[in-house]
Amino acid sequence: VSDVRTWWHRLGSPRWFYGVSRAFAPWLTGLGVAAIAVAFVWGLAFAPPDYQQGNSFRIMYLHVPAAILAQNCYILMGVAGVVLLVWRMKLADMVIVAAAPWGCMITALALATGAIWGKPTWGTWWVWDARTTSVLVQFFLYAAIIALREAIGREETAGRACAVLAIVGAVNIPIIKYSVDWWLTLHQPATFKLTAAPSMPPEMYLPLAVSALGFYLLFGGVLLARTANVILERERRTQWVQDLVRETRA
Amino acid sequence: VSFPTFADFLAMGGHGLYVWTSYALGVAAIVASVVGPARARRRFFVVEGERQKRDLAGQRSSDASRSS
Repeated sequence: VSDVRTWWHRLGSPRWFYGVSRAFAPWLTGLGVAAIAVAFVWGLAFAPPDYQQGNSFRIMYLHVPAAILAQNCYILMGVAGVVLLVWRMKLADMVIVAAAPWGCMITALALATGAIWGKPTWGTWWVWDARTTSVLVQFFLYAAIIALREAIGREETAGRACAVLAIVGAVNIPIIKYSVDWWLTLHQPATFKLTAAPSMPPEMYLPLAVSALGFYLLFGGVLLARTANVILERERRTQWVQDLVRETRA
Repeated sequence: VSFPTFADFLAMGGHGLYVWTSYALGVAAIVASVVGPARARRRFFVVEGERQKRDLAGQRSSDASRSS
């Protein structure tokens, strides 16, 4: 128990987390980009065409991982929100600040690639079905968290308001996830389920798995790098940051 | 490879514009998410480094005026 407690306390120390972030971020980012590159070439050039959709289905290797990370990034912000409100851990607030812009961007990417995929597949760029609408809501939730942060001057108040919004907005997550099962949507249901064998042949789903793994790694690396930057900004007056600046200046 | 020629690969069976536009956006997003934080970090150290130099120069000049 005491080990867990020291670990938890250390996690709350921005200086310690900065060191860890700087050590792991380049590796996660590098491995992520490499995996994504392999998956893209594999999916674009080597995977067999879909018997219904032809080659437009290859957008899947980008769209699906982007959509997965759009959701998981939000879940992470919700968890960080709980940690901030319950334990008053400043680091949790910094993680929300670091995650929101990336999450907003990746949600926009999921929406854009979905629209582009929809045109040749459904014959329309956009439908107001449950899946697309709930993801659009999530995009606005990200944007709201970013805007709220800008709008409130006091850092602590802004942090708590963003945490509440992150937690409340997480209600949308199960709606996104199950929208394709609960309602009749134009969007196709989940490609992968933990409880069933994939409906695609391996040469089709393996590149997707590699791409998703790559996006998870990239997210990890980018989030650490961004959090490290937030820590530097917030702690710019402290001795250890000023020492770091002095070292890089020399 | 599932395409007989490179031209077929680019054409994507008539869906080339959709596929390649999507991937252009994807690659741009990935590059932005890697380059963005690295640039922000460099900017932070440049700005803070300049501030340190200014503070140091300010201290020196105030020391000099005190000793004269």
